[in-house]
Amino acid sequence: MNAAGFPLLSLITFLPLAGVLVILSVRGEEAVVASNARWTALWTSLITFALSLILWFRFDRDTADFQFVEHLSWLPEFGVNYAMGVDGISVLFVLLSTLLTPLCILASWEAIGTRVREYMIAFLILETMMVGMFCALDFVLFYVFFEGVLIPMFLIIGVWGGARRVYAAFKFFLYTLLGSVLMLLAILLLWYRAGTTDILALMGTPIPPAIQTWVFLAFFASFAVKVPMWPVHTWLPDAHVEAPTAGSVILAGVLLKMGAYGFLRFSLPLLPDASAAFAPFIFALSVVAVVYTSLVALAQEDMKKLIAYSSVAHMGIVTIGIFTFNAQGLSGALFTMLAHGVVSGALFLCVGVLYDRVHSREIARYGGVAKIMPGYAVVFMLFSMASVGLPGLANFPGELLVIVGAWRANPWVALGGALGMILGAAYMLYLYRRVIFGRIGRDDLKVLLDLSPREYAIFAPLVLLTVWMGIHPQSFLSFFEASVAQLVARHEAALGAARLAGM
Amino acid sequence: MNWTLALPELVLAIAGLCLLVAGVVPKRPMHFAITLGALGSFLLAAVLVMGQGEGVTFGGLYVADAFARFAKLLVLAGAGLGLILALDFNEKSGIARFEFPVLLVFATVGMMVMVSANDLMALYVGLELMSLSLYVVAAFDRDNERSSEAGLKYFVLGALASGLLLYGASLVYGFAGTTNFDRIADALSSPAGGSLGLVVGVVFVVAGLAFKVSAVPFHMWTPDVYEGAPTPVTAFFAAAPKVAAIALLTRVLAGPFGDLAAQWQQVILLISALSMILGAFAAIGQSNVKRLMAYSSIANVGYALMGLAVATDAGLRGLLLYMAVYIAMTLGSFSVLVAMRRDGRAVERIDDLAGLGRTDPVMAFWMAVFMFSMAGIPPLAGFFSKLYVFLPAVQAGYWALAVIGVLTSVVGAYYYLRIVKVMYFDAPAGAFDPRPAGLSVVLTVTGLFTMLFILFPAPLIAAAQAAITSILG
Repeated sequence: MNAAGFPLLSLITFLPLAGVLVILSVRGEEAVVASNARWTALWTSLITFALSLILWFRFDRDTADFQFVEHLSWLPEFGVNYAMGVDGISVLFVLLSTLLTPLCILASWEAIGTRVREYMIAFLILETMMVGMFCALDFVLFYVFFEGVLIPMFLIIGVWGGARRVYAAFKFFLYTLLGSVLMLLAILLLWYRAGTTDILALMGTPIPPAIQTWVFLAFFASFAVKVPMWPVHTWLPDAHVEAPTAGSVILAGVLLKMGAYGFLRFSLPLLPDASAAFAPFIFALSVVAVVYTSLVALAQEDMKKLIAYSSVAHMGIVTIGIFTFNAQGLSGALFTMLAHGVVSGALFLCVGVLYDRVHSREIARYGGVAKIMPGYAVVFMLFSMASVGLPGLANFPGELLVIVGAWRANPWVALGGALGMILGAAYMLYLYRRVIFGRIGRDDLKVLLDLSPREYAIFAPLVLLTVWMGIHPQSFLSFFEASVAQLVARHEAALGAARLAGM
Repeated sequence: MNWTLALPELVLAIAGLCLLVAGVVPKRPMHFAITLGALGSFLLAAVLVMGQGEGVTFGGLYVADAFARFAKLLVLAGAGLGLILALDFNEKSGIARFEFPVLLVFATVGMMVMVSANDLMALYVGLELMSLSLYVVAAFDRDNERSSEAGLKYFVLGALASGLLLYGASLVYGFAGTTNFDRIADALSSPAGGSLGLVVGVVFVVAGLAFKVSAVPFHMWTPDVYEGAPTPVTAFFAAAPKVAAIALLTRVLAGPFGDLAAQWQQVILLISALSMILGAFAAIGQSNVKRLMAYSSIANVGYALMGLAVATDAGLRGLLLYMAVYIAMTLGSFSVLVAMRRDGRAVERIDDLAGLGRTDPVMAFWMAVFMFSMAGIPPLAGFFSKLYVFLPAVQAGYWALAVIGVLTSVVGAYYYLRIVKVMYFDAPAGAFDPRPAGLSVVLTVTGLFTMLFILFPAPLIAAAQAAITSILG
């Protein structure tokens, strides 16, 4: 089952760094360097993706254990080691990261004209950090990758971003850092209590409920900012609006998932009592997020901002699903995360297509695009419908499962989530109508070219995935069924034990 | 008496005297040759330190152990790299005089005596040898008002601190009846030990040493001296003497006054928290990059002292690791500041760094590495050094200190990021003069250390552990 002894995950994680070295070694004219950097980055990320496909085929879907496990001694006397491995919860996110990176590099092919070399280096480092984070089986290692993401993302927003990029980059960095350092303290607490930061060992070390509350709050500070949950979501619209298109795609596609992944990987298994105790609180915040940010999205004048707020709403659905603690809710949350990664990434790419041509994201600036760019209109429609949750497309199965799971936990929460889906339909359709249909408002729009072959190449895999996930969700759900079942069983066992102890 | 134990100090002191003669006698400028000679003697001393035996000598005044070895190697590394930075800078600024390397050699001898002191007398002698040399080099650009002012300010406040220290030492002598560290420890562990007079004495000693490490509330001189002194001198100040003074503080408090831990811990705790807070907030408004680094060093000392405040084995180990990483990051970032020279004139506003990412990508890259590292972002060394002081603090239950530490590190991240922002996001303000080769060496060495520490942390941790074991027994 496991390719024993072959460090596949490390290879996937660190291969992009090899690309960085290659790019660094290129010397010469700026144009030559830029072209070399583009091709090197593309090939590196494609090879990385190809390697990660091995995970898809070789991953054993019937077990909840960690697979492709690697173990290297790093700081043995501290109980900190280099440990990598994937289970059903993380494996698809590795694939999502490796899939989105080459697409982002393609999307930046012409949009990024300055300092191409540095841009590509930043993206490859970002890929290493993202993949490493999903593979890390050691809490310190996880933290290193989790935080390491900030450096390339800060530079991507700050150097290649829009007009208010400096503000957005600082806000993004400091917000996330503030949350994370509190988590660091909690990690230190767990570390010295257990004498190790190995995630599996930590899961086997029960934590007294009194401490769980504090640790949960510290984790919450970090993950809630990353998700982002209302009311700490305000960095996201700024970061999204100012980031270059590819930066937004990675931000929405992968970085937001880190927070939810953190809840799934750490908060739930390590802190069952506190998670159960805080579930109503999380539900409340999530429902507010879903309804409130959907309403805010309705009022947006900027396309990217609208989609950014819709991301907050979708992630609200995800956090609802996670804290239902039942199989439907958790599977739904995971599926929604994947679907959102694909669909919102694609939506940002759609905005990027228009932005590359007109250099404006203002909704009122557009109108009647369908007449000029029919191919684009179809693609945009597909992803808009997916975002709305149309059955047969990617988002529907996940959101349905979350609503079902939430109904079992608390019908009112399910109602709130469903309300958000209705509002979601409202703002997405409203956006689509204003941009794509109607009269052509301005003359400069009439000369726009439809999607280029490069752009079709970027959208093709995303379209395929969106339809595939909608029509045959089982091929994705089957990955995490075993892990989710184990998570639920352990959670119930831990709560049961706590109740017994209380009696 | 086994004087071979003090061989590194002796060799360095004699080398300093020889260099002095070699500088005076010939009729031509000897600056370059003397600098090379000084570097050579640092290297020789470092080799001797590595081969040094262990034991106490000179009638109990002097101790050579793993702790001293660790601190001395750091001091020598800091002094050597600092001297390399000064070489080109002094020539271009017209202050290339042979006294400079000689003074640095004597300062280094002083520091080495400090970290090996086993007696309040030896402590004071080493400290003064260092301080007197440093007063002079602070004012080395003597025709420059700010440099002279820095030297004078440093001298007046430094003398005050020395006075405090001496007063404390005399109180300790009065109440313990000895100045020897081992016998002070004996006196304290006896039933009659730990009298109020001793506590007051320790507080004065701590105050004097806190001045040298520029911990709040004894930090006032730092921004002015850092700003006024020639940049390589500032780099030197920020690196080697800090390590020596922190090492001394650690040895004094953890060694002879170990039994008074409950008393001095409160002081260090307060100093540490205040330094972190002030260092973080006061740096925000700075526009001079040297002043910014001054506040950054105050904050860094706060983090390092956190390890001492915890007063556990792990805490002290964290402190030593912190200083090792700190010295690399500081010298690295200062080598960039030393390179800030436009049309032959040294510039030192933060805005002067604008667009460095385009005009000198390599230097900007390393500077970004140092800034992210100082902000404590993994996977760089600065993250791990913070980790190893936060962990003991959490372990020992100093939650308030740990929370202050992480929160101020976020505030600190803001101004470190500001430098990255200026370098990468802003439009270029014009290129700097080409950077000299020696500077590139320092930049690369410290940069690689900062970046690759994550791969090989074990040897340094083991060395720090050995050092701590040797003083705690």
